[in-house]
Amino acid sequence: MLDHTAALLALTLSAGTPLVFAALGELVTEKSGVVNLGVEGMMLVGAIAAFATVASGGSLWAGVAAGAVAGMGMALIFAVLALSLQANQYASGLALSIFGIGLSAFVGKAWLGTAIQGFQPVSLPGLSAIPLLGPALFKQTPMVYLAFLLFAAISWLLYRSKAGLVLRAVGESPESAHAIGYAVIRIRYMATLFGGACCGVAGAYLALSYTPMWVENMTAGAGWIALALTVFATWRPLRVLLGAYLFGGVTILQFHAQGLGVAIPSQLLSMLPYLATIVVLVLISRNSQMIRLHAPASLGKPFLGGG
Amino acid sequence: MMFKLETRPVPSAWMRYLSPVLAALLTLICGMVLFAALGRAPLEAFEVFFLSPVQDLNGVTELLLKASPLCLIALGLAIGFRANVWNIGAEGQLTLGAIFGGTLAIGFDGSSSPWLLPGMVLAGMLGGALWAAMAALLRTRFNANEILVTLMLTYIAKLLLGYLVDGPLKDPNGQNFPQSIMFGDAALFPMLVEGTRLNASALLTVLAVPLAWLFLSKSFAGYQMQVGGQAPAAARYAGFSESRSIWLGLLISGAAAGLAGVGEVAGPLGQLQPSASPGYGFAAIIVAFLGRLHPVGIVLASLLMSLLYLGGESAQMSLQLPNAITGLFQGMLLFFLLGCDLLVNYRLRRRQPVVRASSTAAAKVEA
Repeated sequence: MLDHTAALLALTLSAGTPLVFAALGELVTEKSGVVNLGVEGMMLVGAIAAFATVASGGSLWAGVAAGAVAGMGMALIFAVLALSLQANQYASGLALSIFGIGLSAFVGKAWLGTAIQGFQPVSLPGLSAIPLLGPALFKQTPMVYLAFLLFAAISWLLYRSKAGLVLRAVGESPESAHAIGYAVIRIRYMATLFGGACCGVAGAYLALSYTPMWVENMTAGAGWIALALTVFATWRPLRVLLGAYLFGGVTILQFHAQGLGVAIPSQLLSMLPYLATIVVLVLISRNSQMIRLHAPASLGKPFLGGG
Repeated sequence: MMFKLETRPVPSAWMRYLSPVLAALLTLICGMVLFAALGRAPLEAFEVFFLSPVQDLNGVTELLLKASPLCLIALGLAIGFRANVWNIGAEGQLTLGAIFGGTLAIGFDGSSSPWLLPGMVLAGMLGGALWAAMAALLRTRFNANEILVTLMLTYIAKLLLGYLVDGPLKDPNGQNFPQSIMFGDAALFPMLVEGTRLNASALLTVLAVPLAWLFLSKSFAGYQMQVGGQAPAAARYAGFSESRSIWLGLLISGAAAGLAGVGEVAGPLGQLQPSASPGYGFAAIIVAFLGRLHPVGIVLASLLMSLLYLGGESAQMSLQLPNAITGLFQGMLLFFLLGCDLLVNYRLRRRQPVVRASSTAAAKVEA
């Protein structure tokens, strides 16, 4: 029983990991006052870039790097449109998602049905011997650990470093940040590119670690769920992490419900993560005061000053 | 930089209409470069992609067949977009329309009643509107973001359709394929042009264009919604209800998408299948923007977008290029449109040669 619980926990963690990468990346972007709805597109392009790299002989980590670069490239398109050319952020992000879905399917055609050897679990010596939690947390593929690291780094960066302070200032009040001499547009560019890189890594995780193969639209809405997670987490990293694993748990539940003797058709069970997203979104959003208190004040609003 | 941007005193009306054209041209150029990079002769590829699909009657009717749902959905979306109501889930509402209309057709299989098809149309609109109404309710009552809710509902709708055609609505004699029975004649739109697939559902789109125009340009509700989108504070001051705009925007666009869904299942598909649309709900978002949220523009934009679908199919057959090139072009088109729109509010000015620095240097020397 204990083993079974540990195994479920481990699966939950691995299912939540792409959401950790993508939602933390989007969190940083949104903290700078920019909403990039292109997460789904950036993840897919990151996934195919990573997969193509590995399938053509690159190492797994080269694949991860390729995913990050591809995600960043996608974010750059968005940034040019939304930050330099001042296009509507919502529309630009949607365009990025539509483009990314098309681009990844186009490039991926050549790799459909190809199999690769993905990341293998690595037990962290000592830590993995802890009862229950050890095997769940510390017998994972390296990218799961990378997600832990990213969480720690972003939490520290946002709240303990000067760079984080500047970033948050730009998201709260770009006019003031500009007035005291910070290059608002450049900082927003950097935050957007960082978010894109994280989403690309999230895609790479899907294609190299979670299900090491290429399937068209393999994100299946995870990008949109990641966007909802930032709202759910009221823009706080720890709650992003917990929320991502919560959704990971819902995803795993869906696979294991049948094993537990629940006779519900698979399609209806597959609705669970999306239903959960709506429910959670409603629960959080109805407290509009909390949203207003925590959302970056300039979220989604263009900054027109010099940069 | 050779050029600099200068704010226009008033937004350019010319550029508002030119920028979609410019965007289409830039997409074309990019497409040619892409074809060249893939080792295809750009001009030949251009012909295969944009000209050969519409060279005969069959091609033209196919163009209209695909443009019709795109136009219909985009008209509905435009009404919401003008009021800043971001319904991104038309694909899901279309799916529900297909489910509602299709269920009626299957339930009354064998009926030859002339009321079956109108009933399906109404059921489809109701299905789409209901799906959108959930987003409206959650937005107005709980402030939940309609972008995310409509998107999540799209995934749920697709899974629901998948479940139905694999379960309750599955054809018992269908060799276990996940699809419903073929609809009877009374449940299908009559053909408009013999020997082609163009059917009477296109007439509903033709009807919807002036209706949308009337609503947007002449009705008070349309005016209120537009003010709400452009100047929320002014709308509040005037006592225009925001939640009414949200409800109207979502219900109208949901019904339009649901109607398009019926058009698909009671038209070219003729049955319920695991997917009711090749992404019309998402492509219609681009159509709405490309058409400047104006009915006439939307008609033109839907024809262009439909051509992209046909071009993608033709490129797949003649050039062995993946069909996904359609999505690539659609995304590119929207990128260029958003980029070009900068020129509505700004103009490019050639930068004066930099003389100031050297003249100050000269002044220093003189001193």
